[in-house]
Amino acid sequence: MQLWLIPLLPLAGAAINGLTGRRTSKTVQSMVAIGSVLLSFLWVVKTLMALMPLEERYVEHYFTWMASGALNVGVDFAVDRLTAVMLCVVTGIGTLIHIYATGYMHDEEGYYRFFAYLNLFMFFMLILVLGGNFLLLFVGWEGVGLCSYLLIGFYFVKKSASDAGKKAFIVNRVGDFGFSLAMFLIVVTFGSLDFPTVFAKAQQLPIEHSAGIVTAICLLLLVGATGKSAQIPLYVWLPDAMEGPTPVSALIHAATMVTAGVYMCSRSAALFMKAPIAMDTVAIVGLATAVMAATIGLVQNDIKKVYAYSTVSQLGYMFLAVGLGAFSAGIYHVVTHAFFKALLFLGAGSVIHACHHEQDMRHMGGLRKKIPHTFNVLLIAALAIAGFPFMSGWYSKEEILGAAHHHHMWMYWAAWVTAGMTAFYVFRSIFLTFFGEYKGHAHPHESPWSMLGPLYVLAALSLVGGYFFNIPHILEPVFRGIVPEGHMEHSLADMILGTSPGIIGIFLAYVVYVAKPGMADSIKNSFSGVYNVLLNKYFVDEAYDATIIHPIERTSRNFLWKVVDAGIIDNGFVHGFSGAAYNFGGMLRHLQGGLIRNYAAWTVVGVVFILGALTVMGGGR
Amino acid sequence: MNLLDILIAAPLLGFLITLMLPKGNAGLVKLFTLIFSIGVFAASLLLIGPVLERPAVMTWVTDAPWIGTPAIRYHVGMDGVSLWLVLLSTLLTPISILLSWKYIDHRVKEFFAFLLLLEFGLIGVFVAVDLFLFYVFWEVCLVPMYFLIGIWGHDRRIYAAVKFFLYTMVGSVLMLAAILYIYSKAGTFDYPALLLMMESGKFTMTHLEETLLFLAFFLAFAIKVPLFPLHTWLPDAHVEAPTAGSVMLAAVMLKMGTYGLLRFCLPMFPNASKENANWIVVLAITGIIFGALVALVQPNMKKLVAYSSVSHLGFVVLGLFSGNQWGLDGAVYVMLAHGISTGALFMLVGFLYERQHSLEIKDYGGVATPAPWLSTVFLVTTLASIGMPMLNNFVGEFLVLQGASQINIWWAVFAATGVILSACYMLWMYQRTFFGETPDSVKHHMHDLGAREWACIVPLLVLMVWMGIAAQSFLPSIGASNKTIIDRTALQTKSTTTHAEVSNHGR
Repeated sequence: MQLWLIPLLPLAGAAINGLTGRRTSKTVQSMVAIGSVLLSFLWVVKTLMALMPLEERYVEHYFTWMASGALNVGVDFAVDRLTAVMLCVVTGIGTLIHIYATGYMHDEEGYYRFFAYLNLFMFFMLILVLGGNFLLLFVGWEGVGLCSYLLIGFYFVKKSASDAGKKAFIVNRVGDFGFSLAMFLIVVTFGSLDFPTVFAKAQQLPIEHSAGIVTAICLLLLVGATGKSAQIPLYVWLPDAMEGPTPVSALIHAATMVTAGVYMCSRSAALFMKAPIAMDTVAIVGLATAVMAATIGLVQNDIKKVYAYSTVSQLGYMFLAVGLGAFSAGIYHVVTHAFFKALLFLGAGSVIHACHHEQDMRHMGGLRKKIPHTFNVLLIAALAIAGFPFMSGWYSKEEILGAAHHHHMWMYWAAWVTAGMTAFYVFRSIFLTFFGEYKGHAHPHESPWSMLGPLYVLAALSLVGGYFFNIPHILEPVFRGIVPEGHMEHSLADMILGTSPGIIGIFLAYVVYVAKPGMADSIKNSFSGVYNVLLNKYFVDEAYDATIIHPIERTSRNFLWKVVDAGIIDNGFVHGFSGAAYNFGGMLRHLQGGLIRNYAAWTVVGVVFILGALTVMGGGR
Repeated sequence: MNLLDILIAAPLLGFLITLMLPKGNAGLVKLFTLIFSIGVFAASLLLIGPVLERPAVMTWVTDAPWIGTPAIRYHVGMDGVSLWLVLLSTLLTPISILLSWKYIDHRVKEFFAFLLLLEFGLIGVFVAVDLFLFYVFWEVCLVPMYFLIGIWGHDRRIYAAVKFFLYTMVGSVLMLAAILYIYSKAGTFDYPALLLMMESGKFTMTHLEETLLFLAFFLAFAIKVPLFPLHTWLPDAHVEAPTAGSVMLAAVMLKMGTYGLLRFCLPMFPNASKENANWIVVLAITGIIFGALVALVQPNMKKLVAYSSVSHLGFVVLGLFSGNQWGLDGAVYVMLAHGISTGALFMLVGFLYERQHSLEIKDYGGVATPAPWLSTVFLVTTLASIGMPMLNNFVGEFLVLQGASQINIWWAVFAATGVILSACYMLWMYQRTFFGETPDSVKHHMHDLGAREWACIVPLLVLMVWMGIAAQSFLPSIGASNKTIIDRTALQTKSTTTHAEVSNHGR
């Protein structure tokens, strides 16, 4: 099936643009960039058609990457339905965003560099979902982190951009630390990193043997996932990642890369199902993240920041699903979220483009008439994320709420409130941007069709994607035998109850920002304490700086380097020791100047002398 | 006389010829040493085939008497580990010569001659299997490096050179004493013969003897590695050394220590190695974290890379004293990978220095704008150094940590924090050097890579990717050699335990 073509095509695109980009025209660069991803998408479609119905896992082995002792890691690509879904999302949405980006980035410096990075990202993301073992998944995992670093820091002349890129990489490294430890434990426990081997052995392990170690493995995998998928406590990099160009935010920091953690946990469902404590932890982390990020999203003024926190919050939703054992609901939300969140970001990009790089919603308003196409698609996206009935987001959110309802009622209500907040802040952004009077000074203009085309495709997907792509049904064979069967009953009352927070949220936002425009300010003033805490994101960045980063830096500089290294070891022991030796030999005065060469020369002479003497003594043989 | 003997002799011959070249003609000296060392490298490639056929045993063996009394033999040979270290030496010598092309402007002849002498010593160290011969080559390496730092170094070169020299001497004197002691007991310097005698029980050591001998060897090697807290010579040596000196020092010379641990300490003193593994591992992990933390706050690029070496070499020692196949394979792989990527880092820092005449990070900024290719290459090397998958270091570090976690998961937990920290210090340096606005002081000097610089860096870039993806070009031979060491260690410890059991029963 030549699965290798799927990632290699974007890699080739990256290589061509990266190496020749300075001498080719933008048209050529766009064709290479879009063409390579589009071909990859077509190859995915062709492959999946051929592999239908894909009930079993299909594997291709290429070569052994590393073999040492009992461990043998191959470069294997494997496709099952879970991978198939991810492949479609990544290459499909990826192609749309590439097309959009040719319009959005048209006047930027370093156009070819941007697309080289973007194609490279596609390569690693496809490795991540195709990899047939944990280590190959990890290759993609680190690789997408690298591309994220490069793309966040794309405007590297700006300090805030390069800071954000670095922060993303390092925070992700903390997560990867957990992931690697999980892998070490997997190898020690199961002797392999191949998915089928590990999962089969995990199934056979008697529970009393497995509970501790498998729980440890799953918690460490969760650490990895909190890094990549921006969950508590490692979510802090994602909002800053908005320093990157908007298409990057859409592709990497909304639709694909950040969902890698959800994919990884779902892939490892067989392990997680053996570790109930880890599952509960996943659910609680996800829910806490969902609630916390949504509250922050309520008050942000930068349109991209609102959507960034929204992404963190929605990812939390997905983790809630995973933690409740509703893996396919989590992936369902991955897919629909990819549609509407990519659309939200690209739409926001179109707004920003129209307003000449203004991102603050307080300087927008009234754009509905000036950029009607953008308004149309953003409205659809907002309805989808708010869970408006029969839009794509509604289906996946219902699944997750259903799962929560089934498990713990308090989780259900927390998720319910979050859904309401989600609808509120998204419609807040819509109303602030498109309604009222225009408050900026630019002359807003509609975006070119290279940008609007992809937006309308995504809008269509956001409208009906949830209905057409019934992910839980598609994924049924993947989780068969791992997750206990049993359909949850959705009564009409449940459905209405689950839909209500979205409607209420939209209504409240309408009241506060359109019907009674002064109300937002009066609420802000009466709750100024809470408002400030939220506006400053609970001061988490500041807390990390004060409790982790600064102490490490200060200790390293003032204690480890200046005291331990230079002071105790070097000045104390080394100089003390050698000084004593020199004094004893009365050689100290020879230390200065050219005499030292003599000293070394004497050493050479000495060595030669000893060797010569030995040769002579040895009878000159 | 086989190919290996010729390869050992050739750099010495080149050294002598270079010394005889006319003094005024710098161009001739450079051209001769370059072509000569490329020839040596090309010839060394011919070593690969036969070794890969039987990597577990010594190939290219020559065993001839050199000195009758005491019985010192010229006994050399190579297995799957020494092969790659020899190739690392023969590859980096021509590269070091090429990168010093413009950098060195006084005493040109001696400089290039010393590089060849260094190559001679390094090849010798990695192939000698007679203990005394090994010691001779070990000392031979010391001399050219001492001069490279002391004559062509920066302002505090004398201090750094003496520190380097004395540190190493302290260790090697102890090693010499240990070698002589072994000779007095066993009557031979010949290493394979010695191992055979140990296997057959003809040469035995008391517990105290083994411990002391182990410590003597260990100290010599640990200083060279350098293992925390014996590392303080390294940052000074690197900062003061000329670029070629730093490259050879980091890329190859540090591996003399870890190679010695692997080749001599583990097989000769298996019990002592096991008994002392715990505190050695603690030092190794301390070094990993300490080196990384101190690297984090260095204002000087070379010092930063030097402390990062302390951290990386900690991984090697951790792998070696984990003592299992993963640990040993990973350790050797990190040795090679660190040689390539840190060699490249010092080279690139050298390129920056030739443009800006400063090693202080604060004197840079925004280099990416005027010199995009230099920045790209630097980034790839940085990524290799911080263990990016698909680049060289990752394979080694992964195996080392895997090996460590099999013994004790906490070793892996603590050591793996070094991987996080490496991203911190390298990316921070990269950001401050290459990103941001370009000050005028930088803009004027910062031209992009030239043809000669490309020629220096491309082979290393190719190897970074190759070693990252096609690890199986190297791992099978490394693994086979390591397996013999592990088997021997297991056998030895077993035989001594049965010995002890028997004597217990006797009572």
